[in-house]
Amino acid sequence: MTKTTTPAAEDQDLGAAGSQLSTAPSEEAPNLPALGVIGWARWFWRQLTSMRVALLLLLLLSLAAIPGSLIPQTGVDATQVADFRQRHTTLGPVYDKLGLFHVYSSVWFSAIYILLFVSLIGCIVPRTWQFVGQLRGRPPGAPRRLTRLPAHTTWRTETDPEQVREAALALLKKRRFRAHTAGDAVAAEKGYLREVGNLLFHLALILMLVAFAWGQLFKYEGNKLVLEGDGFANTLTQYDDFKSGNLFTQDDLDSFSFKLGDFRGTYEPSGPNRGTARTFEADLTYSVGAFGAEQKTTVQVNEPLDIGGSKVYLVSHGYAPVVTVRDASGKVVLDKEAVPLLPQDGNITSTGAIKVMDGYRNADGEREQLGFQAFFVPTFAGEGSGTMLSQFPALLNPRLALNAYHGDLGVDSGIPQSVYQLDKTHLKEFKDSDGELAKQRLKVGETMELPGGQGSITFEGVQEWAGFQIAKQPASGWALAGAVAAILGLSASLFVQRRRVWVRAVRGADGVTVVEMAGLGRSESAKVPEELGDLAGLLYERAPGAPDPGQDPEADQEPDPTHSAVPAEGAEK
Amino acid sequence: MTLAAATHENLANISNTLIYSAMAVYTLAFFAYIAEWLFGSRSKVGRTAAALTEPREEKAAAPAVTARKAGGTAVLERPKVTVRATAGARDVPDGPGAHGGSEQGDLYGRIAVSLTALGFLLAFGGVLCRALSVERAPWGNMYEFNITFSTTAVGVYLLLLALKTNVRWLGLFLITTVLLDLGLAVTVLYTESDQLVPALHSYWLWIHVSTAILCGAVFYVGAVSTILYLFRDSYENKLAGGGTPGRFATSFLERLPAAASLDKFSYRVNAAVFPLWTFTIVAGAIWAGDAWGRYWGWDPKETWSFITWVAYAGYLHARATAGWKGRKAAYLALLAFACWLFNYYGVNMFVSGKHSYADVGLGVLQAAGF
Ligand code: HEM
Repeated sequence: MTKTTTPAAEDQDLGAAGSQLSTAPSEEAPNLPALGVIGWARWFWRQLTSMRVALLLLLLLSLAAIPGSLIPQTGVDATQVADFRQRHTTLGPVYDKLGLFHVYSSVWFSAIYILLFVSLIGCIVPRTWQFVGQLRGRPPGAPRRLTRLPAHTTWRTETDPEQVREAALALLKKRRFRAHTAGDAVAAEKGYLREVGNLLFHLALILMLVAFAWGQLFKYEGNKLVLEGDGFANTLTQYDDFKSGNLFTQDDLDSFSFKLGDFRGTYEPSGPNRGTARTFEADLTYSVGAFGAEQKTTVQVNEPLDIGGSKVYLVSHGYAPVVTVRDASGKVVLDKEAVPLLPQDGNITSTGAIKVMDGYRNADGEREQLGFQAFFVPTFAGEGSGTMLSQFPALLNPRLALNAYHGDLGVDSGIPQSVYQLDKTHLKEFKDSDGELAKQRLKVGETMELPGGQGSITFEGVQEWAGFQIAKQPASGWALAGAVAAILGLSASLFVQRRRVWVRAVRGADGVTVVEMAGLGRSESAKVPEELGDLAGLLYERAPGAPDPGQDPEADQEPDPTHSAVPAEGAEK
Repeated sequence: MTLAAATHENLANISNTLIYSAMAVYTLAFFAYIAEWLFGSRSKVGRTAAALTEPREEKAAAPAVTARKAGGTAVLERPKVTVRATAGARDVPDGPGAHGGSEQGDLYGRIAVSLTALGFLLAFGGVLCRALSVERAPWGNMYEFNITFSTTAVGVYLLLLALKTNVRWLGLFLITTVLLDLGLAVTVLYTESDQLVPALHSYWLWIHVSTAILCGAVFYVGAVSTILYLFRDSYENKLAGGGTPGRFATSFLERLPAAASLDKFSYRVNAAVFPLWTFTIVAGAIWAGDAWGRYWGWDPKETWSFITWVAYAGYLHARATAGWKGRKAAYLALLAFACWLFNYYGVNMFVSGKHSYADVGLGVLQAAGF
């Protein structure tokens, strides 16, 4: 302690004491490498895995995510994208080139996060090894000048230095410090969980990314409209529409089937929010596998049915008027057929088409096809109001309005056709007595006679249908596990302090023991001095103070009080 | 049914009355805070300047020395711990607070805090009645979100005060913005009380939205202290460089905690709530998985939560990287908070997405095809 040292040497000494309090890489100035491919490669790698570049990439990632939230995205809403392309004829192609309609799968967005994760892996692997090394080794010995550390204390005691050290070692170990005696001092460290947490957090990020990517590659998602009483089996042909990831194959479809029993929707009956949806429930009978036992369940909006990772969501509902169509001879050609219509507004004003493909013969006995444009309201505004807009979503006063056509529906032309729309190119209007398009609004039970005795259509009743989305995104369990690990790791990393404590006890010139204690944390936190105070208080009980010799023993050891202490490497300010 | 509707309407009216009363009390608190600052400006402090010009000395920090009389001689109960500043850090004492050491200022400050507490109770009651009137969590639309958010922010402030954290200086700034927020809520954003559309029936809603609001309130406290840090830091820089800051700046900034303390406070606040923000996003993803069939779909709200998250992660990284501490990191923190604000207001108002039920009270189901 009495040796004279230069301030620089002293700083170095303290630097070692604070070294390796974390595994964060130290920041070096980006000095240019010596020539040569390997030199450059090494330089590039070191840059990529530096904290500075990680920070830049993080900021870049958040910046790059912005356009996707402001410009319509094909993955989110394809119709909006089409709309945008139509309205912006100059911007559209530019955006297309830049991949701005699918930002999150664009080359540049991928480049940023892939670089970030390469950087992350390049950072985490050496840090993990370094940390293992730190766990194998021992906390560094006490620096020469404990008084230089951010928090320190000292007192004189009659107790033997050896006994003080033993007491300190026992005390620190009891407080679950990793402690050992080195020379005239005890060195101890605690809070390794911080580092574990930090490493766990970054590893969990990798796990989450991989799980997400996996899910995207193997996912599938399809929609199916099911009438009450009808069923669905999970095969490709049964879907109304279907999307899947790049690596999806048909074998990935889980085998199950279900039947829709009752669908129930309830709505606010009165008040300013009259008509707002309250609950939707669909009763399902399902079986897993080809010959599984039947089970019953109820699916609600936030409560999908989960079958082996495939989830069945209730996503929409609407009405299907039940109609019977007779031909000119009175023969039934559509028998109580439920025709699903598509909702157009919150009160389920619905539109669609009723198509009679075959079986129909007109008054002349010729084969023809029939087509009806259908408009449906579950709650009619009342005669004379002139509107065919629904007033309420529930079936209070249903009406079906029809426009009648005959001819060729165009269904055999080979071009796929929407079941909700009539292709009128080869259809002729039925004309009423005024020469106008034949149309009629029907109550349940009423019949529309086609002009000229060409047949009739009867509105028999209404069924409900429910739309289901069947989706599977594999590895979502892994993503969740990653998220949980990330949160736990992050909490440990941010709330646990890693800190060191040293206790030195030496016999002074007058034979009295001088005890010095100091603490050092990675961040200059109030907790470090507080804890040091606690420890000192406990040790003080074991090694009570001796009377002051009247002279401050520190006075001659502190030649330069303005000289500042050295912080831990990379320490949080 | 009609009877129940009447009680609900009654509760909704009580809620509105309570919110208006809270605004009135907050307004009084606002004036009391102003009085605190005004009276405080009369006192002469000058501690910062002194600290920056006089040679520094080591100061003892917690735990303070406690002396115990034993048989006439003072015996130290525990040794005194000496704390010294880190290399390069200015060793400046914290300002005395808005009252500037003046007794009258302090009195007004206490009155202001009491009024704030009273206003908080009223606002809390208002939020509670609203929740009872709609029989659900009170955050189904922007109005409810705003009243809950401001109440939570005041709650966080009062909690910090109760924990004896040195944060009274926040009061004026907090109450000013809370008043603006509530004003906006009752005028522009007001929505009749209403129950939820089916997509919002989920206990994840409770978890996701309540933690989102709490995070926002805490991030907000962090952002205010970050802004004050920036002012205070340039003030100290000017003093240390031998300059003389303007009189208003001196009077005002002098009374705030030292730049280092403000910086540390905002870091702590932001860092402490970051894991919760992470959790909020995960909870939202779980909810989205149940409601929409995918846990992550780059919906605008999701995207901006992600941007906010990455921005705060960047801020924490910056603090861990040597060259980015202090002011640079502070700018990042403000940027991150701006992202949060945009997510909260901007996305609801300007961008349409699946989350847009928040402002209009329409069903998310409409977006989903209902
Ligand atoms: C994928 C993007 C990343 C995110 C979201 C992220 C997030 C975070 C967060 C929130 C912290 C704060 C926790 C703490 O202070 O202990 C942190 C710390 C840290 N990160 Fe990252 N990080 C990412 C990538 C990286 C990369 C690429 C590197 C390496 C170059 C890296 C190295 C570190 C280090 C060394 C720390 C600890 C600093 C310390 O000990 O205080 N991180 N990271």
